[in-house]
Amino acid sequence: MTGLAGTGPLIRLALRRDRFMMLAWIYVTSAGVAGVAYWLGQLYPTAAKRDLLASAAGTNPALVFLYGKLYGDSTGALTAWRYGVWGAIFAALMSVFVVIGSTRADEEAGRLELIGSTAVGRHAPLTAALAVTAIGNVLLGVLVTAGLILTGQPAAGSAALALAIAAAGVAFGCVGGLAAQVASGARAARGIALGALGAAYLLRAVADTGSAAPLTWLSWLSPLGWTEQVQPFAGQRWWALALPAGVAAGLGGAAYAVAARRDHGAGLLPGRPGRAGASALLSGVFGLAWRLDGSTLAGWVAGFAFLGAVLGAAAKGIGSLLGSSSVLQNEFTRIGGQTAITNAYLAAIMGLAGLIAAAYATSAALRLRVAETTGAAEAVLASTVSRLRWALSHVTVLATGTAALLTSAGLAIGLGYGLRTDDLGEVPRLLGAALAQLPAALAIAGLTVLLFGAAPRVCVGGGWAAVVAALVIELFGTLLRFPRWMIDISPFTHMPKLPGGPVHAAPLIWVSLAAVALTATGLTALRQRDIG
Amino acid sequence: MSDAIEIRGLRKTFGSTVALDDLDLTVRAGEVHAFLGPNGAGKTTTLRVLLGLLRADAGQVRLLGGDPWRDATRLHRRLAYVPGDVTLWPGLSGGEIIGLLGRLRGDPGTAKRGAALCERFQLDPSKKARAYSKGNRQKVALVAALASDAELLLLDEPTAGLDPLMEAMFRECVAQERRAGRTILLSSHILAEAEALADRVSIIRDGRCVETGTLTELRHLARTSVTAELDHPARLDGVTGVHDLSTTGAQVSCQVDNTALTEVLALLAAAGIRTITCQPPTLEELFLRHYTTGPQQTAGAAR
Repeated sequence: MTGLAGTGPLIRLALRRDRFMMLAWIYVTSAGVAGVAYWLGQLYPTAAKRDLLASAAGTNPALVFLYGKLYGDSTGALTAWRYGVWGAIFAALMSVFVVIGSTRADEEAGRLELIGSTAVGRHAPLTAALAVTAIGNVLLGVLVTAGLILTGQPAAGSAALALAIAAAGVAFGCVGGLAAQVASGARAARGIALGALGAAYLLRAVADTGSAAPLTWLSWLSPLGWTEQVQPFAGQRWWALALPAGVAAGLGGAAYAVAARRDHGAGLLPGRPGRAGASALLSGVFGLAWRLDGSTLAGWVAGFAFLGAVLGAAAKGIGSLLGSSSVLQNEFTRIGGQTAITNAYLAAIMGLAGLIAAAYATSAALRLRVAETTGAAEAVLASTVSRLRWALSHVTVLATGTAALLTSAGLAIGLGYGLRTDDLGEVPRLLGAALAQLPAALAIAGLTVLLFGAAPRVCVGGGWAAVVAALVIELFGTLLRFPRWMIDISPFTHMPKLPGGPVHAAPLIWVSLAAVALTATGLTALRQRDIG
Repeated sequence: MSDAIEIRGLRKTFGSTVALDDLDLTVRAGEVHAFLGPNGAGKTTTLRVLLGLLRADAGQVRLLGGDPWRDATRLHRRLAYVPGDVTLWPGLSGGEIIGLLGRLRGDPGTAKRGAALCERFQLDPSKKARAYSKGNRQKVALVAALASDAELLLLDEPTAGLDPLMEAMFRECVAQERRAGRTILLSSHILAEAEALADRVSIIRDGRCVETGTLTELRHLARTSVTAELDHPARLDGVTGVHDLSTTGAQVSCQVDNTALTEVLALLAAAGIRTITCQPPTLEELFLRHYTTGPQQTAGAAR
């Protein structure tokens, strides 16, 4: 057991370091579940009202795409449907960040070398990281159970939903643990783990919205699908919890096996040597920004293209999900029939693509802060590059990159859908629908640039809080009847719901102007403050 | 334009921490100026103010005849900087970084001169920065600065992490640069380095400059240590300017203010000198004099 010596102090260290980050995730997730349960109880108090919501929700492909399938029609079941998969995603994000933060990121920064020189076993850092993740997810599970029971849900279903969310969290913690051993750096490790999370979401979405029965088994390949398969408040399939537990054990074991074989600081893939001199592309600060962000962006673009093609192809025949309820059939025919349903599904995908693009834009904007805190900015600013030019180089990359992402998504969705329906005229229409989200995504990034210039200490937290807030408003704002002003805060609220929705020029112009104004104010503030 | 850097009464605070307090520093064009002080004395903060990364709270700062905050980019064309804590882009190779930094300074010739320097410093330019050791990262930054055409070099503890062979190579390079007429501000806490390289020295403590001048000037302010073996005991106690006197039989040793040297040597000669050693103060002693005493005393001594 000497391999585990020193695990205890490392657990305390990780808890000390990550406590605020973990508590924030745990709070958002557990308060979210309890809040959804409470408001659903208030807004849909009678079985008849819930029934109407359930029959509409369970069949609306856009909603099934976003949230998953609905099992049952109690308040608890509606809560599990609306927040189960997303609660699992939040738990997974927390776990991935915690595990990689105290394994690969510490190794890269050299802290793990210092720790490794003390009487700490080879496996202690990974064990401590996984233990802290487990502690966080257990706490999350307890709070979710308590919150649901307090809002009057049955205990068994509450425990099942909480366990499903926490189990997904632990499973993705182990994904992060393995990624941290395989990748050659923390950035790459986070990329692998978040890519796995995205793939799991995609598998679940395709399986749930897939018109053909052969597709539904895909849900069993996705850890996020398992969250649904537990079916809390609808009979509770407890055995489905064995799947994430088994995956956690398998991936965790693999992580230990790789950790035992690899060298400190190395991944499974060896690094390649670089050029002996700077090429013509690396000709200045703009070339540098492209060089630093280009490969990441290429990965994002490829991911958007792949996801878009799959989801676009799945859009054909989406209306067959409607089932046999003739009342609903009539209702949908009244609002536009098959076309309206497909449009709503595609518009939901566009909205999500816009939010993910906003997340990319925010991370690209935060490159500025990373460069400042690591000291890399000092080398650039000690040359003849002005602060404005340096910041603009990154702003250019993030704006072009965000546009490239949405272009890629729009083209891929258009091609996927167009080829299935033999109508390539869909391509420009859906490309336009995707690009309509661009001003909102850039406005979110503009806020990050403003914070970077005016309040650099809070720009990381503030930037990501804006992304999460926009996501929560998009997903839950209308259903939970948030106050109007709160919904209006998110720039995405003002973007046209395309395809199908009306287009007004004014909100597009105003949000674009806001994005420019936020960025410009941030850049002005940057010129006045201390660097470093 | 005889002064490359002129700082008068510079003050910089971070919240309630006073980093620089009424600091004066003058670096003349064409000299190697050592900027000495222990960790946390304010050396790096001063350099960052000179680079326009930090804004001075009070005082006048002139860099190459300009204002380092307002004219930052224009002035940076004429200087090169080696940070104390070298951070490189992990995905770029050393050669790429040297070329890039040169182009960012608007001097594409850096890459060519850098290639020769890489060889002298035994640096493999095709390795990615993440694979470099601390010393090799330091070499990348050094080569980029030395290969530049800048007239002023700001070096913040440039030899940290270098092995003795490379340190000797660095000294050779600095001597060569001085002959070529470049101005160098060398922040350091390695006294031997300053003693070997510097024309003038400034010693900084708690954010203010407590001593500045050539080594010879500084030595004049200090005491010479005198040890002698005599025929007869000498009566040195009570002589003004004699300190730390200890007498063991015919052996006497003491610290003598340079103003009292003539008188002391006359007294010793009268007692009959068998052997005598007079040692001028080393930089180490000058330095320790400022740092082993309490802040109050030094403040008094500086006045």
